[in-house]
Amino acid sequence: MTGAQQGNSTSELAIEARGLSRRFGDVVAVSGLDLQVPKGMVYGFLGPNGSGKSTTIRLLCGLLLPSAGSARVLGHEVPGDAERLKHKIGYMTQRFSLYEDMTVLENLDFIARIYGLSRALRRARISDALQQYGLGELQHHFAGTLSGGQRQRLSLAAATLHRPQLLLLDEPTSAVDPQSRRDFWDALFALVEQGTTILVSTHYMDEAERCHRLAILDRGVLVADGAPLQLMADMDCAVVLVESSVPRKVQRALAAQETVRSITQLGMRQRVLVPHTVGRPAEHVRGLLLAVGIEAQCDDTAPSLEDVFVAVTQASRSEKAA
Amino acid sequence: MAALQRLWAILTKEIRQLRRDRLTFGMIFGIPMLQIMLFGYAINTDVRQLSAAVADQAGTELSRQLQSRLEASQVLRIVARVDSAASLRELLDRGQIHVGVLIPPDFERRLQQTTRPAAQLLVDGSDPIILASARQLVSMPLTMDTAARLEPVVRLFEVRNFYNPERRSAVFVVPGLIGVILTMTMVMFTAVAIVRERERGNLELLINTPVSSLELMLGKVLPYILIGLVQVTVIVLLGAQLFDVPLNGALGEVYLAALLFIAANLGLGLLISTLVGTQFQAIQMAFFFFLPSILLSGFMFPFDGMPRVAQLIAEALPLTHFIRVIRGLMLRGAELGQLWPDVLVLLGMFLLTMTLAVLRFRKRLD
Ligand SMILES: Nc1ncnc2c1ncn2[C@@H]1O[C@H](COP(=O)(O)OP(=O)(O)OP(=O)(O)O)[C@@H](O)[C@H]1O
Ligand SMILES: [Mg+2]
Repeated sequence: MTGAQQGNSTSELAIEARGLSRRFGDVVAVSGLDLQVPKGMVYGFLGPNGSGKSTTIRLLCGLLLPSAGSARVLGHEVPGDAERLKHKIGYMTQRFSLYEDMTVLENLDFIARIYGLSRALRRARISDALQQYGLGELQHHFAGTLSGGQRQRLSLAAATLHRPQLLLLDEPTSAVDPQSRRDFWDALFALVEQGTTILVSTHYMDEAERCHRLAILDRGVLVADGAPLQLMADMDCAVVLVESSVPRKVQRALAAQETVRSITQLGMRQRVLVPHTVGRPAEHVRGLLLAVGIEAQCDDTAPSLEDVFVAVTQASRSEKAA
Repeated sequence: MAALQRLWAILTKEIRQLRRDRLTFGMIFGIPMLQIMLFGYAINTDVRQLSAAVADQAGTELSRQLQSRLEASQVLRIVARVDSAASLRELLDRGQIHVGVLIPPDFERRLQQTTRPAAQLLVDGSDPIILASARQLVSMPLTMDTAARLEPVVRLFEVRNFYNPERRSAVFVVPGLIGVILTMTMVMFTAVAIVRERERGNLELLINTPVSSLELMLGKVLPYILIGLVQVTVIVLLGAQLFDVPLNGALGEVYLAALLFIAANLGLGLLISTLVGTQFQAIQMAFFFFLPSILLSGFMFPFDGMPRVAQLIAEALPLTHFIRVIRGLMLRGAELGQLWPDVLVLLGMFLLTMTLAVLRFRKRLD
């Protein structure tokens, strides 16, 4: 990238992290993270438990100090200039962090006041939010009595009251049913349409697939990033679908093979990942199985995002082990 | 302007939550009422009605008069009559009496002599307060009708008692109790108030908003100042109603002193909240601070009688200074101006703890 291009692209970046690292004692939660999140998109954070998603988000808001590296968020250096950033970002914590002993309405009103909204603006925004997030009927309920999904809608409503330019959402739909999740994501895209940039961490592949771009973290390291389709296209493994009457036997037979990256069982079928370096993947797997006397149907198939996730996290694991 | 709005938002939120927290809300009134009953009625350093037994081996008119004199003094309450010193000892050992009165057969003859005491008091001295009370009897003049000619063996001091002529403990205890109760509730409430938000996860959201450390701290503290003043009112009223505790100084100055003391305690509570991670730790630390306060401040034991080290520790406790101020105001009718050294120390403590708390509080998770 040339200097000129870089200068141009920085102004288009909502978040730019350079070598961002954070350790807690011996645990390296985030390690040398380079991240570019362009404005106006939904950027997904995918990664196993403990991979450093929450820690990264906290580093980006200035809630944690980095052990090394730095970040620029909406043009502000973090953590140095974090205070001026607070007006511009909305943060939805992984754990419910509104007041359980206050009602939906009281919580929203409190947050609106904290952000210094005028009385008229408060009234308008809160009634908008109640309607948009389906909280109208719940407005006099205590937040502590809401269901998991209702709480998350309330949290999103609270995080957007001051119309932030950047939303950081930490597993916003972990307790939400599929239909509500779709509604939730529709709401996110509506915000993006209004120019908001959204960084969202998730464990759901269907959600990851809806992001404009994705970063996959594993043990604090960024192991892949790009558009979901691109990630699938760039995968260094092929996927073979194996169908047999003895799936457990197949599992045992393939698990020990050096050329098999991973096996995922789905009912009677298995998705088997083999590196591109072996030619004709389906033939290869069939051969491996025949060698131990198992007859199975093997077909090449298109990779899914889950395959990408498994492939990159497995790869980083075997590298670590090696 | 925006800062005031945020401060107000925190403050009203705090009051709203407090109203809903029945237990804490109950404690605001419960603690003063319970304590004033406890200290006012139960804790009494001028002990009366000690249970006693008499072994009257003389059985004369004079010995019976001695007994009725003892009962009239109200120091003793005779619960048993036995015939030997051994039985008295037995009752003492079993804890059924605190004092045994032994009147020997030659009681009347002994009364004529000045070399030997006429009768014996067997005292359960394990509680020094009981011992001290019983000692009063030793010098009780035996100026009984028939013995009017006798000079008392011991020359009695003339005791002049200025501030509590009836020597009732409650009068002395209640003003200090204002300080004890405020120490107990204020430090704990504020320490817990911030830590609770941290424990429940609210703080992670709050510190990601534009609210400043100072706004947050003040918003948290101000409602408790109000609560503290309500508690002062409860104690002063109950003290006057139940125990006739006088208010010799100006009421306004009592409130002013209380306000200063409340502020110092709240600052300390906030400081504790920045040092601990959980509500449990906060309560422990508040208690850790509460114990020396109650023991060394002069509330329980006279300051002058304490060893030098204890006195030095006591000087570092806000309660010590407040007790001096409040006793001065309420009992001696002093003016705040006369008590300025302690007033200044309280002010300094507030400023110091509050500054440290605001400096220590970071809008960060680590
Ligand atoms: N305050 C902390 N003190 C010590 N260790 C921490 C702290 N916060 C996070 N960690 C550690 O850092 C690592 C990354 O944690 P983090 O919460 O960022 O993971 P995550 O990707 O959000 O996981 P999850 O999907 O479970 O939410 C974990 O090993 C965790 O134990
Ligand atoms: Mg997390």
